[in-house]
Amino acid sequence: MRKYTPKDNVQAKSYYTDRFWVAPRVPRAAIEAGTHFAEVLEAMKAYAKESYIEIGTLVIHIDAKENFEAIKTLKETCGYTQCSEQSAVDYLAQDGEFELFYQFLNVKEAKRVRIVCRIKEGEAIESIVPLFNSANFAEREMFDMFGIKVNNHPFLKRILMPDDWEGHPLLKTYPLHGDEFASWYEVDKIFGKEYRDIIGPENRDPARIDRYDTKRFSRVGYEVPFGEDITEGETEKPVEYSETLLVDYNKKSGKQLDHRK
Amino acid sequence: MAQHQVNYASTAGLPIALTTVDHLVNWGRSNSLWPLTYGLACCAIEMMASGASRYDFDRMGTIFRASPRQADVMILAGTLSKKHAEFARRLYDQMTEPKWVISMGSCANTGGMFNTYATVQGVDRIVPVDIYLPGCAPRPETLQYAMMMLQKKIRRESANMKKNTKQNLRLV
Repeated sequence: MRKYTPKDNVQAKSYYTDRFWVAPRVPRAAIEAGTHFAEVLEAMKAYAKESYIEIGTLVIHIDAKENFEAIKTLKETCGYTQCSEQSAVDYLAQDGEFELFYQFLNVKEAKRVRIVCRIKEGEAIESIVPLFNSANFAEREMFDMFGIKVNNHPFLKRILMPDDWEGHPLLKTYPLHGDEFASWYEVDKIFGKEYRDIIGPENRDPARIDRYDTKRFSRVGYEVPFGEDITEGETEKPVEYSETLLVDYNKKSGKQLDHRK
Repeated sequence: MAQHQVNYASTAGLPIALTTVDHLVNWGRSNSLWPLTYGLACCAIEMMASGASRYDFDRMGTIFRASPRQADVMILAGTLSKKHAEFARRLYDQMTEPKWVISMGSCANTGGMFNTYATVQGVDRIVPVDIYLPGCAPRPETLQYAMMMLQKKIRRESANMKKNTKQNLRLV
């Protein structure tokens, strides 16, 4: 029987994961003979380990060591002259590997090809910047987000995160709210580490109400001066309303017209 | 609004207006609040709309200045990323005293929906904030109202900034 997990706190958590959830897969179609993709595969047969069509895109799995030669063939013999995207997927937990993918567009044929390869953690990949300039920023982003090094890249430097950042945020092991370094980054940088105590930790729950914070909160009927220490409890003050609000309309003070004249 | 018309009836017909230094200085300060032309995200679009002719900040004496040296108010309009926090603080430091800060929108107030590793969770972690303006994004009227509230606040302050309690609370 499926184990019961309490769901009363689901909304309060920033995300909720079902252990039995399986990512839906797109159906894979075979490559039919005589089509454009069959020609591409024929040209790429020295490199292709596995190939299929996913939603009109030809997917070719190759060996990561041959990525430059394979992509060069794809560009020069098959006419895939645009590299639209290049990045990676973190499969370290399940396979101990990263999946790298490159997406290419053939403008004349209006067809797309995805080249997929896998590398282990700590391994580097060959840069394809000599073939596609558009891969320059994409490879930098991949390095920034996953820490995958790219050999022979002209300028391998973080692109989104600051240069002195620690950690690679798109790794599955990286916490969404950041590690300790991330949570104090701006304080350490601007004021210095000794100001951590003065500024205090980040408030990750903006709806949080601090019971004893008299600088930002006040309880109706228990008002105290700004910034007073109320850890010992505060005295009740009766709520005073303006007299204009306390008009008794039941009182028969006004003249009431019982009969129409 | 500070009284700036001479009431001849009350001063025995003399062209004299009596006031305090605080009043006079704050009248000047509050009616020429020059914000820094500095936008961070989509709130900056609303800030631009406030400055343009339809909402017209100029009529309040609020004219955007392109240099922090000439600015009195910093409107932090939008998401402040941790990478950029350093530069926002540097711009604040470059502004001359007296200076005020308006935190515009949810992202600047608390980090907003960007409850992530890369966003500053409230700009009050790096600069002292005078007005917190809620909304996502606040409409130009709201920013005008915030500016008017800031004017109101300035008029109640002492012209000697050292006497103001906020100055004592100010970071560094």
